[in-house]
Amino acid sequence: MILGLSRSWSLTGYLIAAVITLPLIALIVQATFPDEAVFKHLFDTVLPTYIANSLLLMLLVGIGSLVIAVPAAWFVARCEFPGRRYFQWLLLLPLAMPAYIVAYVYTDMLDYAGPVQRVLRDLFQWSSPHDYYFPAIRSLGGAAIMLSLVLFPYIYLLARTAFMEQSSSLLHASRIMGSSPWRSFWRVALPMSRPALAVGVALVAMETAADYATVSYFAVPTLTTAVYDTWLGYGSLTAAAKLSAIMLLVIFTMVGVERFARRKQELFQKQSALSDNDRYRLTGIKSFAAWAYCSALLLFAFLLPFIILSAYAIDYFDQSWDDRFWQYSWNSLYIAVLVSLICLLLALILMFVRRVSPRQSDSLPSRLSSTGYALPGTVLAIGVLVPLTYLDFAVNDIYDWFGARGPGLFFTGSVFALVFAFTVRFLAIAIGSLESSYKRISPSLDMASITMGQKPKQLLMRVHLPLLRKGLLAGALLVFIESMKELPAALLLRPIGFENLATYVFQFVSDEKLEHGALAAIVIVFVGLIPLIYLNRSLEHTR
Amino acid sequence: MKMVQGTAILGLACLASSAMADEALTVYSYRQAFLVEPILEQFTQNTGIKVNVVFAKDGIAERIEREGRLSPVDVVLTSDFSRLMELVEKDLVSPVNNDVINSNIPEVYRSPTNDWYALTMRVRNVYSSKERTGKIDIDYEDLAKPEYKGKICTRSGKHPYNVALVASMIAHHGEAETKTWLSGVKANLARKPQGNDRDQVLAVKEGMCDVAIGNSYYYGNMMMDENQKSWAEAVEINFPNQANRGAHINVSGMALAKFAPSKDNAIKLMEFLTSNVAQQAYADVNMEYPVKADVKPSKLVASWGDFKADSLPIYKLAENHQAAVKLLDEVKFDL
Repeated sequence: MILGLSRSWSLTGYLIAAVITLPLIALIVQATFPDEAVFKHLFDTVLPTYIANSLLLMLLVGIGSLVIAVPAAWFVARCEFPGRRYFQWLLLLPLAMPAYIVAYVYTDMLDYAGPVQRVLRDLFQWSSPHDYYFPAIRSLGGAAIMLSLVLFPYIYLLARTAFMEQSSSLLHASRIMGSSPWRSFWRVALPMSRPALAVGVALVAMETAADYATVSYFAVPTLTTAVYDTWLGYGSLTAAAKLSAIMLLVIFTMVGVERFARRKQELFQKQSALSDNDRYRLTGIKSFAAWAYCSALLLFAFLLPFIILSAYAIDYFDQSWDDRFWQYSWNSLYIAVLVSLICLLLALILMFVRRVSPRQSDSLPSRLSSTGYALPGTVLAIGVLVPLTYLDFAVNDIYDWFGARGPGLFFTGSVFALVFAFTVRFLAIAIGSLESSYKRISPSLDMASITMGQKPKQLLMRVHLPLLRKGLLAGALLVFIESMKELPAALLLRPIGFENLATYVFQFVSDEKLEHGALAAIVIVFVGLIPLIYLNRSLEHTR
Repeated sequence: MKMVQGTAILGLACLASSAMADEALTVYSYRQAFLVEPILEQFTQNTGIKVNVVFAKDGIAERIEREGRLSPVDVVLTSDFSRLMELVEKDLVSPVNNDVINSNIPEVYRSPTNDWYALTMRVRNVYSSKERTGKIDIDYEDLAKPEYKGKICTRSGKHPYNVALVASMIAHHGEAETKTWLSGVKANLARKPQGNDRDQVLAVKEGMCDVAIGNSYYYGNMMMDENQKSWAEAVEINFPNQANRGAHINVSGMALAKFAPSKDNAIKLMEFLTSNVAQQAYADVNMEYPVKADVKPSKLVASWGDFKADSLPIYKLAENHQAAVKLLDEVKFDL
């Protein structure tokens, strides 16, 4: 860009990046401290299993959600069958459902004591678990299925877009040259959408690595639960930090591989809008199969858990509808709103600097600030607490030095730590959303505006902001949903006595009585639905 | 740079919402709200001292450690013994040498250095299926015997209640023998350790397993719960090791925080918690055994009969706590 952006802008960018990466740095520093042989003991006993479980789970969930999502995305994007228009957005709904809630509902149904097995026992006159085999839902495989059910929409969303944006002429060409629809899907459409699928799988794997509640409920120890246990069970923050470092290594490797795999691919993506006529018109059994597939997916990933949850919420309405419920809803809401606003603001500054700065290096802050998303909540919590605790003591020491009474736990004792952690984790989402919006604004607009004598601030306020409105809203909504759902960071960082809906619901889940928390769970889901539906609309209209 | 100022203002706004400590007592509690709140309200009525109580399942000790001298906590209430020890080990408590408390709490139920006091005791029982097993005379040692292959259910070995049981086994038998025992128990499990103590009783009812390990008060609590009464009715409650050393006892307890901002009031609260009124409340609300000698357990609890308790002083468990956690990892009990 030709704009002479003042130094203070890029300085602000670097400052933001420094604060956002602070937890990551603190974590790495903490991991280098010596600890009292706790880590070695873990390494000799259970750690290999934890690592294996984590990797296996990521792999299974990656494959699982890919297998579920790709056909659905293909049907919706390239085929025409009854209900297609509805499935298009209905299949996004599972995103609003926290995985541990789905897990709970299915466990209740499929456990030994649950209705499914009870009916089977009655039917076949079995009397003990030794009489028959039924796969255990509370297992690694079970967790993989639960996580796939709620995470597949990430891949679905990206694959759908990729399939829609693929140039139809290539597909036509392959058809003309004699390929069957099936073959052209395998040989042309699927390879072309590989970059999108890779991003989707990476997202799913990261979310899987970050999951704490499902695996702890299923008693499947992974690195995430190990971090939690090592910290609170062995009481060793350093050993926990070392574990976190291993986990980060795994995740960053994955992100790196994904980036590498995607690098060569983007050239092929050329957009020529897909018209309704370009879709395969499915008939007869094929049309029914597509419909049945999408319906089953919707049923198992969203409707069934949602209905059961609603039934619980109605049954236990009187016990659940109290002051606490309101308090926790309010806590969730204001934290989520606050975090969304802060993320937007920071992302806007970072992206603006990146866009208009004449200096190449000014794209660094926004890239650095996106690393937080890779930090799972438990890991992030350690990274946040370490520096904030130092800060708390420093502030109080200064007061003491002046002979005044300090403010106490200004940072770690308030919601500050929580808001900070959420911001670090979700800023990447806001940045990503703005990045894609910015791509749609032609640089010539910037130049025109500068030619007409606008200052950077005016360019941002008068030209960019109005054009970015949709991207801003979409980013804010995504951050909002994630903040409502985020559990592990909230569990570890909430000021003592502070609950939000997620921690409140999880307490019931871990006590095996979700019924009492069902109302709160429904609120999380509903609040998540509204942004999802809006988001889907805005995605459709931009196309 | 309006935006930077905006961020700063937002930041301050969220700080302002954090409640600054007032002069009331602050209690951190591992124990659940329904149990503690009525007792604390009674205390406030008696003395006029307000109590802010905050609950958490995990990490209270870690939090107090981090808060250091800035910590607002006065009294910590725990639901088991290892949490008390954790506080002591991390040097987060200050000793109380108070005559009222000392006369209320027998010596075996408090730290020799007055670092902590037990408030109630609970027995780690063995539940057995009414239908398939009936009442049994069982020792913890028996759980590793081949006759129980595929018949035992328990929650995670890492749960403090089980860790304390393993620690007591180490105290009686040494590490090597306990490890063998633990492997034996693991080999006998009907399913991977999961759920809480109530779930184990449900699993017995449903025929998943024949015996389960669980704390005594759950039995009473399930009896009182309409939805769970049938679970409790499907099992017998057995006190283990009655022919020899007695059943393993765990305790809930209290400790005075090292940096308690209002020590005097905190001690008043601690005195109150050992009084007959509070002890009776614990016994009635949560079906636990009071530690104060002249307070009787609830009628329901008394109906389970008298039993012999392990006379191992509670603080002896502490010495074996870390070893117990490590043994559990070594035999991969939960995996």
